[in-house]
Amino acid sequence: MSNFQFTRRGLIKAAAATGAGLAMPTIISPAFAQTQAGYTNAPTGGTVTFGFNVPQTGAYADEGLDELRAYELAVEHLNGVGDGGMMNTFSSKALKGNGILGKKVQYVTGDTQTNTDAARSSARSLIEKDKAVMITGGSSSGVAIGVQGLCQEAGIIFMAGLTHSNDTTGKDGKANGFRHFFNTEMSGAALGPILEKAYGKDRKAYHLTADYTWGYSQESSMKTYTEALGWETVETVKTPVGAGDFSSYIAPVLNSGADTLILNHYGGDMVNSLTQAVQFGLRDKQVNGKDFTIIVPLYSRLMARGAGEAAKGIFGSTNWHWSLTDEGSKAFVKSFGEKFGYPPSQAAHTCYVQAILYADAAERAGTFNPCGIAEALEDFEFDGMGNGATLYRAGDHQCFKDVLVVKGKENPTSEFDLLEVVEITPRAQVEYALDHPDFAGRDMGKCNPGA
Amino acid sequence: MMGLHKKDLNLLLIVMVLALFAPFILNPFPTDSALAQFNAGYPDLMQRFVIFGIFAVGFNILFGLTGYLSFGHAAFLGIGSYSCVWMFKLLSYNVVPGILLSVVMAGIFSVAIGFISLRRSGIYFSILTLAFAQMSFAIAYSVLSNPAFNLTNGETGLQVYASDPQWLQSASAPNAPHLFGLPMRATETLTVGGWDFQFNVGYYMCAIIMILAFYLSIRIFRSPFGLMLRAVKSNQQRMIYTGLNTKPYTLAAFIISGMYAGLAGGLLSAMDPLAGAERMQWTASGEVVLMTILGGAGTLIGPVLGAGFIKYFENIFSKINDNILHQWFSALPDGLEDFLITIVHPFIGKGWHLTLGLMFMMVVIFLPGGLVEGGQRIGAMFKRKPKDTNGGLSAPATPAE
Amino acid sequence: MDALIIQILNGLDKGSAYALIALGLTLIFGTLGVVNFAHGALFMLGSFCAVTISRLFQVSYVVVDETKTDFLGNPLKVKMPYVSDWFGPEVGAWIIDWSVPLSILFAIPIMVLIGVTIERGLIKHFYKRPHADQILVTFGLAIVLQEIVKYFFGANPIPMPAPDAFKGSLDFGALIGMQSSSIIYPYWRLIYFAFAGVLITSVFCFLQFTTFGMVVRAGMADRETVGLLGINIDKRFTIMFGIAAAVAGLAGVMYTPINSPNYHMGMDFLVLSFVVVVVGGMGSLPGAVLAGFLLGILESFASTTWASNMLPGINQIIIYLVAIIVLLTRPRGLMGRKGVMEE
Repeated sequence: MSNFQFTRRGLIKAAAATGAGLAMPTIISPAFAQTQAGYTNAPTGGTVTFGFNVPQTGAYADEGLDELRAYELAVEHLNGVGDGGMMNTFSSKALKGNGILGKKVQYVTGDTQTNTDAARSSARSLIEKDKAVMITGGSSSGVAIGVQGLCQEAGIIFMAGLTHSNDTTGKDGKANGFRHFFNTEMSGAALGPILEKAYGKDRKAYHLTADYTWGYSQESSMKTYTEALGWETVETVKTPVGAGDFSSYIAPVLNSGADTLILNHYGGDMVNSLTQAVQFGLRDKQVNGKDFTIIVPLYSRLMARGAGEAAKGIFGSTNWHWSLTDEGSKAFVKSFGEKFGYPPSQAAHTCYVQAILYADAAERAGTFNPCGIAEALEDFEFDGMGNGATLYRAGDHQCFKDVLVVKGKENPTSEFDLLEVVEITPRAQVEYALDHPDFAGRDMGKCNPGA
Repeated sequence: MMGLHKKDLNLLLIVMVLALFAPFILNPFPTDSALAQFNAGYPDLMQRFVIFGIFAVGFNILFGLTGYLSFGHAAFLGIGSYSCVWMFKLLSYNVVPGILLSVVMAGIFSVAIGFISLRRSGIYFSILTLAFAQMSFAIAYSVLSNPAFNLTNGETGLQVYASDPQWLQSASAPNAPHLFGLPMRATETLTVGGWDFQFNVGYYMCAIIMILAFYLSIRIFRSPFGLMLRAVKSNQQRMIYTGLNTKPYTLAAFIISGMYAGLAGGLLSAMDPLAGAERMQWTASGEVVLMTILGGAGTLIGPVLGAGFIKYFENIFSKINDNILHQWFSALPDGLEDFLITIVHPFIGKGWHLTLGLMFMMVVIFLPGGLVEGGQRIGAMFKRKPKDTNGGLSAPATPAE
Repeated sequence: MDALIIQILNGLDKGSAYALIALGLTLIFGTLGVVNFAHGALFMLGSFCAVTISRLFQVSYVVVDETKTDFLGNPLKVKMPYVSDWFGPEVGAWIIDWSVPLSILFAIPIMVLIGVTIERGLIKHFYKRPHADQILVTFGLAIVLQEIVKYFFGANPIPMPAPDAFKGSLDFGALIGMQSSSIIYPYWRLIYFAFAGVLITSVFCFLQFTTFGMVVRAGMADRETVGLLGINIDKRFTIMFGIAAAVAGLAGVMYTPINSPNYHMGMDFLVLSFVVVVVGGMGSLPGAVLAGFLLGILESFASTTWASNMLPGINQIIIYLVAIIVLLTRPRGLMGRKGVMEE
């Protein structure tokens, strides 16, 4: 037992040394700071702090870093550095390039690790430690919903990044949360008519669906819209997230009598399932007298790149693409491309727009109070941000705008030129009622300004 | 006092001081200074320090004492989290029933998993626990989130909705986790000169529970039961040959450490009422193993240090971005500034995993006894008479002997 | 019937990858007694060997094409690979097309070198340390390796197509006299299976029929006695580590057309390969191979809609379920020896 005594003595000394090393403040005066201005993290002094909470590690790290670049660019533009990008084409002219309400914009960053727990923890650290007045970013719906709930409780505005699940502005919608990105319902509505044109009314579809919330949401939207065309759903199969090898799920497709494969996958799963489906020779086959086809409802250029040749000629939908030729998109691609050397992704675009929209709302509201900002954003109509005339609907804080239907390009001219825009689906066609059944159970609560 | 030897009492006092004064100790730099980036004294991180401290202390009761390396303890953390949120959904936001149920549920599951897994030892035991935890994760992530039978809410994570029954929730109680009306989120800020010290209700609740958990673990380490567990570690065969059935002892240790994990899970939910399946994944189990070994397996305070170390890196290094680097080095000449930023860049922000990996390797290579050994070496340097030069090194290598 | 055959093929294919990784893991454990958590990272490094080599083949100079424009409206820069200039456009295109199989030639020496470096530089110092320390240090190494790869190659998957000649799929059904195109299977997966078979056989032959292999096997059985006979067993074990690394690396190289490589693919395989090794029995080479194929086939069958309709989620838990059942009925795995890793 004497050995124990020795160990503990050593331990105590170690601990004592550690304690002594951390200097304590010498003077303590009992002055409790009062929370001022009536809302959480009201900016003091000449600066205002944004919190950018994006995946920097894990499977979506590349998208997260692209989002971070877009935010960096947005902050520059807000502070009057650089060419101003989409601020010049934005229909609201409240922002002057001198920060927001005269305050210079600063930012802090956090890593969501594409994990709800870690994302909420890093969001809390941005709020509690860095006093961020708003949180934005993210690259998956689970994370977006988690962080949105946290921001609602903390009294902070959350401007969602890339999140495509209906739930973000449906079942899990919150008064302090806003989404610019589109959702699975809009993907289905936009893809429907194009699929009919390309493949006709008589198809048998086989769904492979990522086994989590977004996958279910995407599958149900695609089912609704393809069945409305008269397509038959042969089978829906759930695949584990991150399965890597999808052969066991792909192999039975051909013998099921289906002539269309719908891959409700995103990210690495999409890359692998698409590549492997093409390897299995599905697209070379004829079933029911028709060419077998594959559809990827949610496309992203970064992911299409991973799939390489397999993506050619495959239909899907996307929020935005750099090859658009409206003034807003051109201005954004130019300022992003000149700064970083390559065109922005759709994740970068939506994040940039969200940052500018928040800043504009604050400028117009004359305050950073979440309730003031929410009021300024609700039913806000704007244009010039790359998606045509857009509405931030008050009832669910979802943006309504044109949706792109794209196709993997057959002859890409560069490593970025992977998707071609087939159609810009007009906003009217993707709009849906507030009480749409896929969005049922919404309880946004009231805007919460926090302390 | 309190049934402790003087040395143990001192250790407990140190832990108490560290825990109760953490808002000061973890905030050594003024808020506006460039070094404020390294401050850790904000509620979320402080809560995580003590909660994962509890998790690691509990894990150490199993691994440090018996040598059984479980790779599935995250399952109990997750079960605890889910149980606590379910109490919020069904009863009220008061944390007491939630935390109690977490411990009970984790206990029940650890009886079942422990009973089966402890039929094997060595790596076979590790793989059995890993298999159970991975199965729990997969089931919680997808199977139990189907609309008909939604126990876990899948990837989104289990959370409280306004439509939940909350039978006992009174109108006057805060609409967030609270302890008899005291909201966990409430934070009082003390501004002293350039410093902001944050005192958070939730943190202090966790800290007090952690001190109690730590006290309990000291008592277990020093009890005849603890001695028996150590005997199992040093030579289980001999124990069996002397006619002793070791299984009840190891199973009890397994259940206790499972309940510690459940308690930690419950506290996580009490601090932030959302429980995700990721908490049960093997990486989360691996994390507590790393915490314990990194801090010093088999020592009393090691796991707490290890937990703090890992959580500090995760939360502080991941937030340093190039922008901050430019601020730090802005006083230097341009060429040197860019050079330094290029050097540091891969290790911060998105590269914090790299720093953490290198740290693991450094600690294991140079400090076989974990951080505790590092502390002892520093302590040895300040010793007046180096009468036992070898002691500082050999002691931690067999700390549980 | 056709569904059955397809899932067996799938299982063999999955099993080949599991078996190859588990084989390397067992080689390291059996010879050096080290639990190597960086083994998944070696598999990942193998994949990135292929990526690097295919990029080296495509190292290009830039020609400005005035007729086309890039995304900013500037004249398009067209990349011309040097190999096309050196070997002519046809051979050049062939080299780029065949970059995955060609990478094997380069990956073997690179992976052996990486393996030997890791063993001499790091793992050597951990022979006497507890398994927990070995796990921690190799886990740290795995994180460092994958972060380095991420730093250079990004986090997104990188497409690595198989050579054009193997892109299609074989009409397996017609081959065995069933209805045509009832069973089709990609050529590359069949090649992967065959490749795994050759690799596994050669490792066994090497251990069984060479003097070197004989000494290594003797060393695995009783290291001290072999050392007393004046044989430098450490050196041979180091080489075995290199070979194990090369096996994992080759498994990775050949896997790239099936699964686009990304930096964390090693971690995804790590836990699985440990389960395979333990189910097979720690330290047993045939056990590792057997368990690899067995679990591959079971996983394939569990992924059928028939299975998941009966037991939802079975596809995600089958491997662990089997591991639990095997360990409870056969305490040391399928072919394990007594006294290994039980302290």
